[in-house]
Amino acid sequence: MKTILYIIQKEFLQVFRNKSMLPIIFVVPIVQLVILVNAATFEMKHIRISVVDLDLSGTSRKLTSKFQGSPFYQVQSTSFSYREAEDEMKQGKVDMILQIPAGFEKRLVKESHAKVQFVVNAINGQTAGLVNAYSTMILFDYNRELVMENANPAQMAGLRNIQTDYSYWYNPKLNYKTYMVPGILVLLITIIGLLLSGMNIVREKEIGTIEQINVTPIKKIQFIAGKLIPFWIIGLFELAFGLTVGKLLFNIPMEGSLGLIFMSASVYLFVILSFGLLISTITNTQQQAMLVSFFFMVVFILMSGLFTAIESMPEWAQNLDRLNPVMYFIKIMRMVLLKGSTFADISHHFWSLVIYAVVIISIAIRRYRKVA
Amino acid sequence: MKRFRGFVVKEFYHIFRDYRTLLILFGMPAVQLLLFGYVLTNEIKDAKIAIYDPSKDVATRKITDKILSSGYFILEKNLNSVSEIEPVFRQGEVKLALVFETGFAGKLEKTGTARIQIIGDASDPNTANMLVNYATGIITNYLVSMNAKQVPSQIIPEVRMMYNGELKGVYMFVPGLMAMLLMLISALMTSLSITREKELGTMELLLVSPLRPSQIIIGKVFPYVFLSFVDACIILGLGNAVFGVPIRGSVALLLLESFLFITMALSLGILISSMTSSQQVAMLISLVVLMLPTILLSGFIFPVENMPWILQILCYCMPPKYYITIIKSIMLQGNGIVYVWRETLILAGFTSLFLTLSIKKFNVRLA
Repeated sequence: MKTILYIIQKEFLQVFRNKSMLPIIFVVPIVQLVILVNAATFEMKHIRISVVDLDLSGTSRKLTSKFQGSPFYQVQSTSFSYREAEDEMKQGKVDMILQIPAGFEKRLVKESHAKVQFVVNAINGQTAGLVNAYSTMILFDYNRELVMENANPAQMAGLRNIQTDYSYWYNPKLNYKTYMVPGILVLLITIIGLLLSGMNIVREKEIGTIEQINVTPIKKIQFIAGKLIPFWIIGLFELAFGLTVGKLLFNIPMEGSLGLIFMSASVYLFVILSFGLLISTITNTQQQAMLVSFFFMVVFILMSGLFTAIESMPEWAQNLDRLNPVMYFIKIMRMVLLKGSTFADISHHFWSLVIYAVVIISIAIRRYRKVA
Repeated sequence: MKRFRGFVVKEFYHIFRDYRTLLILFGMPAVQLLLFGYVLTNEIKDAKIAIYDPSKDVATRKITDKILSSGYFILEKNLNSVSEIEPVFRQGEVKLALVFETGFAGKLEKTGTARIQIIGDASDPNTANMLVNYATGIITNYLVSMNAKQVPSQIIPEVRMMYNGELKGVYMFVPGLMAMLLMLISALMTSLSITREKELGTMELLLVSPLRPSQIIIGKVFPYVFLSFVDACIILGLGNAVFGVPIRGSVALLLLESFLFITMALSLGILISSMTSSQQVAMLISLVVLMLPTILLSGFIFPVENMPWILQILCYCMPPKYYITIIKSIMLQGNGIVYVWRETLILAGFTSLFLTLSIKKFNVRLA
């Protein structure tokens, strides 16, 4: 036991004496949390449109004013040539072109239906989908207005209406920050934890100091425990710190029990640290260790469901994602913090993490040899 | 010159003999592109929904059919009461609940109006917003087709999705992934390879050699320019061949811009290494400081235009943002230099800024 304490003490000293490491471990992640959380929104606030009105009739003007009046849209320019509008889209100045063809009003009166064109910049497929949905909605409302104005009573009586009300639970204002804080926090402690543990032993290998430890009577398990525990404490501390910042600055809800969060976090950190340790034992230089960690980190992060929904991944990818510890912990954090899920709700994710931890640490211990 | 060549050759040996690093360097972009190309989509597909339908009549069944056959939703559970929604949401599988009112078809027939309630699990606000929009859209379309005969005049929208007709997610991710990988690999690898010499003490040897400091740095960076460039080509080629991401503009221009971006990332790497003395710190700076901002503040996943204005200003300080704008413009829109000269100049500006700073910081003496 005493031996472990000495190793822990040594590791802490090493971290705290390195003046340039400290801010990176403690300050940078929190600053990032505060800044980056604001970035993660798909919400469209100002859809910039260019109107090409070739009809210049009362109806076409009214339709344009409907778009103008909507808080989502901002009429960037009006022109009489589609070419001009398309050029603006190429320059990235507008997101959508609304083209009203000549003879629009006449056709509407004569043939009872007329066409308008929405040309959407679809490079970002997702926002393009939303832009389309909003625009169709505006047009739908305008159509209803037209019907009210022009229909005769017999036609009116035949009209059907389905009223859709929607409500958003747990987050009625669709405040994406409360959703992102838990997720980004998980990423930050993951990156720090994986890097610190992944680079640690390999550094001793590269510099040669591992030899000195190898010749001491310290047991494998003691050495590994001594290496892991300091980072484990740092990680938990960082999580607590980040949660406090999230509560104070973004007022994130904490519906569920914090004890549950920290219980899962301690298992999760154990998984991440052992993962780093495993990387450390199979590589020879810090450069290699870093590249390997970088590879796994990017895969874990982008597949974690933080930015894109897991449900929209193909089946095989969802199965593959079961090997992604980040995914489990982000789910746990969000469920417990935002929805107040209980242990029964998250038990599947929790036990997956426990199994993960056991498997990884046993491989890591096996791989670590006290021979150079 | 001969000395310099010898030095460059040494650096190449360094890299090529470390086959593990090499494997990762070339394998990583390929694997990640393939993985993410298939996996990362923001398209809504098979989102699980729960339905509470107390009426169970023709109209509700038809609407349910419309919603389930759209491809966006699959039915996870038929609920027996409204109070079941809460526990279903808490288990986390179901993202959306539809609640029909009682006697739906009857009300629709008699009073002309019937109600549906759509409830989204907004603990994920982005998805909830989209799902609710989709569901509302489907119901609206159903309504329009139902009323078609009654309505005297109607404006029909004709939608054209420019540059990306099928709304594929890959179109977004290939440029983003390029920027991220090139940025991290270039900045990271150079900063590590220079600090490594410092940490192991071999920097002293290089400094006392007749090579000039600028030659040392250029020699260090040169192989990575080459490697990153190969990586860029791998990503572009795979994106084009496997996912059909088009290159509508000039390939030469695209490669030139990539070259500029790589140079920028490498000079950033040199700057990082001139400020630090251990690999661990250099790596932490490159990864912790660069990784998440490159993913989040560059327009890779979240559009810059939607962010609060303070963040937008910050985004404008991010070199990857310009590169992503440039390659999207060239690849997907088929634009020429006329449309991207401003971004190109800014990237060049970043490069010279980083280089000047690092030359100022570079010490010929170590301690």
